[in-house]
Order: sequence, then structure tokens, then C-alpha cells
Amino acid sequence: MIEINHLNKTFTEKGSKVEAVRDVSLHIAKGQIYGIIGNSGAGKSTLVRCLNLLEIADSGDLRIGDQQLTFKNGRACQAGSGTPLSEKDQSRLRRSIGMIFQHFNLLDRSTVFENIAYPLRYTGMSRKEISERVDELLALVNLQDKRGAYPAQLSGGQKQRVAIARALANRPQILLSDEATSALDPDATESILNLLLNLNERLGLTIVLITHEMAVIKSIAERVAVMENGCVVEEGEVYDVFARPREEITRRFVASASALSRINKLLAEDSPMVRTKPGELLVKLTFTRESVGEAAISAISQKFGIAVNIVLASVEELRGVALGGLIAIFHGDAEQIQAALDYLIKDKVEVEVLRRG
Amino acid sequence: MDEWLKSVMPNVVAYKARFFTSLQQTFQMMLWSGLIAFAIGLALGIVLTVTRKDGIRPNAIVYRVVDLVVNVFRAIPFVILLIFLIPFTRWLTGTAIGVKGALVPLVFGCVPFYTRQVEAALASVEPGKIEAARSMGSGMFGLIFRVYLHEAVPDLIRVTTITLISLIGLTTMAGAVGAGGIGSFAINYGQNQNHQDIVNVCVIILLVFVSLLQLLGNGLARRTTNRHLVGTDKQ
Repeated sequence: MIEINHLNKTFTEKGSKVEAVRDVSLHIAKGQIYGIIGNSGAGKSTLVRCLNLLEIADSGDLRIGDQQLTFKNGRACQAGSGTPLSEKDQSRLRRSIGMIFQHFNLLDRSTVFENIAYPLRYTGMSRKEISERVDELLALVNLQDKRGAYPAQLSGGQKQRVAIARALANRPQILLSDEATSALDPDATESILNLLLNLNERLGLTIVLITHEMAVIKSIAERVAVMENGCVVEEGEVYDVFARPREEITRRFVASASALSRINKLLAEDSPMVRTKPGELLVKLTFTRESVGEAAISAISQKFGIAVNIVLASVEELRGVALGGLIAIFHGDAEQIQAALDYLIKDKVEVEVLRRG
Repeated sequence: MDEWLKSVMPNVVAYKARFFTSLQQTFQMMLWSGLIAFAIGLALGIVLTVTRKDGIRPNAIVYRVVDLVVNVFRAIPFVILLIFLIPFTRWLTGTAIGVKGALVPLVFGCVPFYTRQVEAALASVEPGKIEAARSMGSGMFGLIFRVYLHEAVPDLIRVTTITLISLIGLTTMAGAVGAGGIGSFAINYGQNQNHQDIVNVCVIILLVFVSLLQLLGNGLARRTTNRHLVGTDKQ
């Protein structure tokens, strides 16, 4: 659906260059919910704006929908012929991709109806057709009773629903979401994420979701790319990235959405909870889908005669698949502890020794 | 009634015909220079908004030229502008006096001010709304008419009111150099002939006029804001 190859975008501001997007290559399959996470300034907003040509990349290739584009000399060109896209072509491409924003960006002086009808006007539809389509969209986002309301009369979550309806008015196959839940309270966030998931399932909508919150990725994305300084530093299935983050920045994002991240605080302040006596071991165990169902802890304490003192534990659910995490102090004979660790590793449990007493 | 009027403002009654002609002249000046200035100022304000560096069609040359012209004419005091423009006015309209002669300097005096006000009003439209409209495929004209002008209506009404009120001031000054109107009436028949009642009546008329304009402007701005929750007025 979307193929990004070696995309670059540099801004020149007051003489200094900012490389917002550096050699980014991604492949986003049709019908996928694809998350892009990064801190502010990581380039994720610029990247997503390059997809619907709100920004024109400096170089690279982009396949989006049925368009195959190549960027050169600050222009978007047809990949085959090399002819630059006219303003009209660009508008047409943008119309085929929906986009929603952190601050909703609704027209304050227009009603909900007029806001949703905005992209439908001048498309050759009659008044009656527009009205019917808007009603359909209102039903889709469950806001039938707000047809004549103004944005100022709506809550944040309702405003984002209107924005979603507006973005979907022209039946796009792709929806770009730029921090769409970052300005919402937790309840509204959850309801918007559920709506996106629902639209993805019902309409087969491909969703590119950018955010700085790992919790958002965790709840609805299938794949995730982690961005830092304009580059994609890590990419993969959300489950795998959660279970085995490789880069430091990814670790931090994963920790931010996990109950286990408290361990770092406990370690830093040398809490009595994590103090180990000589011979004891503070261990972090991660149970992925290969090992999550097994009674590993009772198995090792029986088999190797070691005591396991659980400090922190959590079980996450990533789109229906469980991911367990456990931080515990192992107490017992050194050789037996090592044997227990080997046993766990053989059992496909991820083992990380945090501290040796 | 007539008797009473005669007793409180004898000279106004005596120069009744002139007084009404003056009022008419002021309205004519306001109407025509207002309309022309509205059209030109709005257009230039849009041009500045569209062509500025982060605008929707950046164009450094157009922006700088318009910006410079606006600044130059804004820097010239109106009374000086009046006499400076006399040759140009005569060339353009065939006369430099009367209502017709006053239109040119009034427009020149009003447009730069109004252009800046329009620019500020349009700048208050959040860039996010522009971006959202672009993402929905709107082109330049769509962005100008369906987003910028549409969203800025209350602000545009406010700045137009302010500009009209300052235009009243300009018409009275134009009156002082031969354009007629309420200003010249107050000076020629009031001050010069020592008829204080004429001056007083002119002041009251102007005050009422300004207040009505302000009231109308505020009302329209509020009605077009469409924010029915707390704080109906944006300001």
C-alpha cells in the first residue's frame, strides 16, 4: 500500500540545516495499522507529511495507493515519465488520503455537518448526495445527534470524531493520524483508538499512526517503526519490539508503557525491595508468546530448590496476545541458580540479570 | 419643537441646508472611499498573507513590494498625504476639491491601515486549519475563501469597524482642505464664525455615528463567531 524508499527531507532555517527525515525506507501493507513512534523533533511528523505531499521530500521514492512517485529537485514527479505533478495532481492525491491531527483543526465557524461536507463540495456531488454521505459518516463515528452543533459545543473526543468523519468523506484507503490522541483525556483516547481499530477492521482502512506514546502503539498498532534524529532506528511487529527492544530509545519507549519500568526507579534509589544479599540474583524475565503459558516459576523452584521472591510482575495484552514480565530475586545455591536460568532460557523465556549480590 | 431647536442651536438652524449637505457629503465620502478601500485593502491583505514566507504561495518579491508600499503610505501623516496627492488626484479625477477630489487621498490614507488590519485578522486563523484543508485537497482559492476568509469573518468585521471609524476622522480632515462634509462645516461655519453650537452639534453627531458603528460592528462580530459556549465573544 505504502512503500517508502530512501526518503530524505532537509529544512534550511536561518542558514542552519535540519535533516528532518534521513534515508527512511518503510513498507506498510494494505489494511495494516502502522505506528511510528519518536520524541518530538524525531522527524515523524515530517515523514507522514511527505506521504500526502504536504511536504515535498528532497529525494527518494514513494509508492502510495496507485501512485508511484520519485522526488528530485524539491519536486514530486511520476516515477516512470519523470513529469512533475501539477498542483491539481497533488490535490487529487491528497484527496485520496485522509488525515487527522492533534488539534483536530475543524472550522470553528462551521457546523459539524459543514465541516464533514467540506471535502465533498466541488466534487460533483449534489446537495442531496452530500447530505446523505454526511449522515452516513456521522453514523460511522456515532455522532448523529451533533449534526448542527458547532465545534465549540463538542468535547475533544467528539471533535476528533468529526475530524475522522471529515477525513473519511472521500472514501480514502489510507488514513494518516498525526498525534490524534495526544490532546485527549484517557477515556477519549481509548474511544478514539477503538474507533480507529474498528474502522480498520470494517473498512480495511490502512492507518499510519504517529505518536510519542507507546501506550497508543501498544493498544492498536500491528507494526511499529521507532524514529530518532530523522532515522528509523528500529522496526518490526509491535509484539516483537515490545518483547525484545534492541535500541536504547526503544527500550525507553517500551519501559514507559510497562509496569516493570518502576524497577529502574527502585534500582536508582536502592530500595530495600531490590537489595540483594550475597549469592542472590535480581533477574528480569520476559515471557513471550512462546513461553507465556507455562508454569516456569514453580517449575524452577521445585526442580532446582531455589526460592523466587517476586518484586514486580505484569502481563500485557498486545492485540490479544499476552506478554508477561517478571522481576524477581533468586535465592539459593549458585550452581542451582545458574541451572535454573539455563532451564528458563531453554524454555524460551528472555532472561536479563539486573544485579548480582 | 422648531422654537426649541432655534433656542439651543440657532446657527445650526440658520444654516440648515448647508448642514444637511455636509452630512450628505460625509456619507458620500465614507461610502465610496470605504467601499474602494475595503476592496483594495482586503485584496492586499490577502496578497500579503498568501505570499509571506510561511504563506500558501510564498513569493518574496510580491510580498516585499506590497509591504514596502503599505509602510511608506502609512508613515506619511494624512494632512501631508492630502496635499502631496493633489497633482495625482487632479490627473485621475480631474479635480482636487469636493467629494470627488477627496476620494483619492481618503483611499490612500485608509488602505495601508486596513491592509495591515486584514493581514493581522487573517494571521489569527490557525495554521492547522490551513494544513487540514490542504490535506483535503483544497487549492489556493479554496484555502483563501473557504478557510482564511471564512474563519476570519468576526475578526474582519472588527477591523473593518475600526477602519471605518478612523475613516470618519480622515473625512473631517479632508474637509479642512476643501472636501466639504461635516468637518469643513464645523470649521468654516462653526469655529471660523464663532458659532459654538455648530461645533457642539457636529461633535454630538460624530459621537453618535461612531457609537452606532461600533455597536453594529460588535454585534455582527459576536453573531458570526459561532462559539456558543462560555465567553461568547472571542476577545
